[in-house]
Amino acid sequence: MSLTPDQVRNVAMLARLQLEAPRVDEYARELSGILDMVAALDAANTDDIAPMAHPLDLNARLRPDEVSESDQRQAFQAIAPAVEDGVYLVPKVIE
Amino acid sequence: MHRQSLKQLRKGLAEKRFSASELAQHFLDRIAKYDTQLNSLVTVNGEQAQATAAKAGANGPLAGIPLIHKDIFCTQGVKTSCGSRMLDNFVPPYDATAVAKLSEAGVITLGKSNMDEFAMGSSNETSFYGPVKNPWDLSKVPGGSSGGSAAAVAAGLAPAATGTDTGGSIRQPAALCGITGLKPTYGRISRYGMIAFASSLDQAGCFARSAADCAPLLQAMAGFDERDSTSVDEPVPDYTAALNGDIQGLKIGLPREYFADGLEAGTRAAVDAAIRELEKRGAQIKAISLPNTNLAVPTYYVLAPAEASSNLARFDGVRYGYRCENPENLEDLYLRSRGEGFGREVQRRIMVGAYVLSAGYYDAYYLKAQKTRRLIAQDFHAAFADVDIIAGPTTQAPAFNLGDKLNDPVAMYLNDIYTIPANLAGLPGISVPAGFVDGLPVGLQLLAPWFKEGPLLNAAHAYQQVTDWHLQIPPGFEN
Repeated sequence: MSLTPDQVRNVAMLARLQLEAPRVDEYARELSGILDMVAALDAANTDDIAPMAHPLDLNARLRPDEVSESDQRQAFQAIAPAVEDGVYLVPKVIE
Repeated sequence: MHRQSLKQLRKGLAEKRFSASELAQHFLDRIAKYDTQLNSLVTVNGEQAQATAAKAGANGPLAGIPLIHKDIFCTQGVKTSCGSRMLDNFVPPYDATAVAKLSEAGVITLGKSNMDEFAMGSSNETSFYGPVKNPWDLSKVPGGSSGGSAAAVAAGLAPAATGTDTGGSIRQPAALCGITGLKPTYGRISRYGMIAFASSLDQAGCFARSAADCAPLLQAMAGFDERDSTSVDEPVPDYTAALNGDIQGLKIGLPREYFADGLEAGTRAAVDAAIRELEKRGAQIKAISLPNTNLAVPTYYVLAPAEASSNLARFDGVRYGYRCENPENLEDLYLRSRGEGFGREVQRRIMVGAYVLSAGYYDAYYLKAQKTRRLIAQDFHAAFADVDIIAGPTTQAPAFNLGDKLNDPVAMYLNDIYTIPANLAGLPGISVPAGFVDGLPVGLQLLAPWFKEGPLLNAAHAYQQVTDWHLQIPPGFEN
């Protein structure tokens, strides 16, 4: 399975990664190598095998829908790149 | 003091032969003296360590024991970088559960160790802070991703360290650095506050010289945690009490797939000799097969990147971590913060993950790999019906040269061929030093059934009672 530079640009866009243009060909080669290695799975017979999402086959535990955390907004926002009046700042989205 | 076991150090503290402050200072001095060569630490907390040591009482099973945390564990008020530019400015407002539990047990945190970026690597070369060097040979890698923790303990910069193991990231560097590294059962130690890479595989664990030293570390870290939905509510046995050194009649299986082509001859000889030692102590050795071993690396390199691409979506330059300069708009903020904040290996894995999860490919890759994961787990279920422990090499060969595999991801990934299966199945495993090839350490890997860390540690302990490979200190780091 080989990935074209266009496919790499597309997957980078999906993952919100800005790639430097000269790197795209390298990534195409490296990612193709990884997918070639992964292609070994095609040969495995997995008929009637249920997918395994958890190594111990346990389900995620549920808890009552109750407030369990206190308000720590100040502590959390103290490490944010840009905040003002308790909100996180990002470039303007709506004109 | 850097040659003593945790038990000896605890005794020395209890008998007041040295204070917690003196002990911490001994290791801080060694860090100052040696770490310029190794680059094993990202952050050294001398003042904080001394402040904690000054207040250290005699209470707590690990009271006064100095320790280094892998920089993947959130530490309140102390930078937690995960080896990435993305988190170079990140100072967590809370402690990881494993960190909090070790602090409650009385450890003194000396600092935070270097690691592969977001734990993605097997050589510690993908770190934003530069590679860690192997103390046995500074031209070699220490292994990864917990390479800083392993190198630091091997060089005697700390008697113990924490690590995480997603595909071998504790066991492989333990093997390459000649120390003991324990990866417990999935869910045994809380993942809360441990920066997520692949959530269905990530497991915290520890490094020390010996299995006997790992037992109290595991004891302190293990246990159910409300804050981790995958934490398993299973009683925590007394691990130190399990260390009786008796392995008479213990059935040890040798998977033929772990001794096949690709295993370097010297490594094989060392592992064979280790198995003979176990046999001399009364273990019954049996040939077994784990027929789907060849599917483990490909399965892992679908599932781990898929989970990573989801987990790392949170790093967006908005709430914490790296933000690019002068973003033009929100899209540009995301794209450049992530493009500039993540290194190449992390970007590769995010893209592989995004690709295998994308429309049209999900069934062929992700769903297929979840099924092959079950085949691998079934191999272990069948094997453990017949044997108590599985033994083999931790790696195919000793440490390789820095730079050798950095630009060949597939060659790098194949390093973890013997360690990945245990992560896919969620099993506990340990690597113990088993000799040297041309001056470089070799690791013996032991695997046990789910939640059988006690017997696992005891098998390693039995071996370490009749060998002294784990007590060796690299030349140049002795004094």
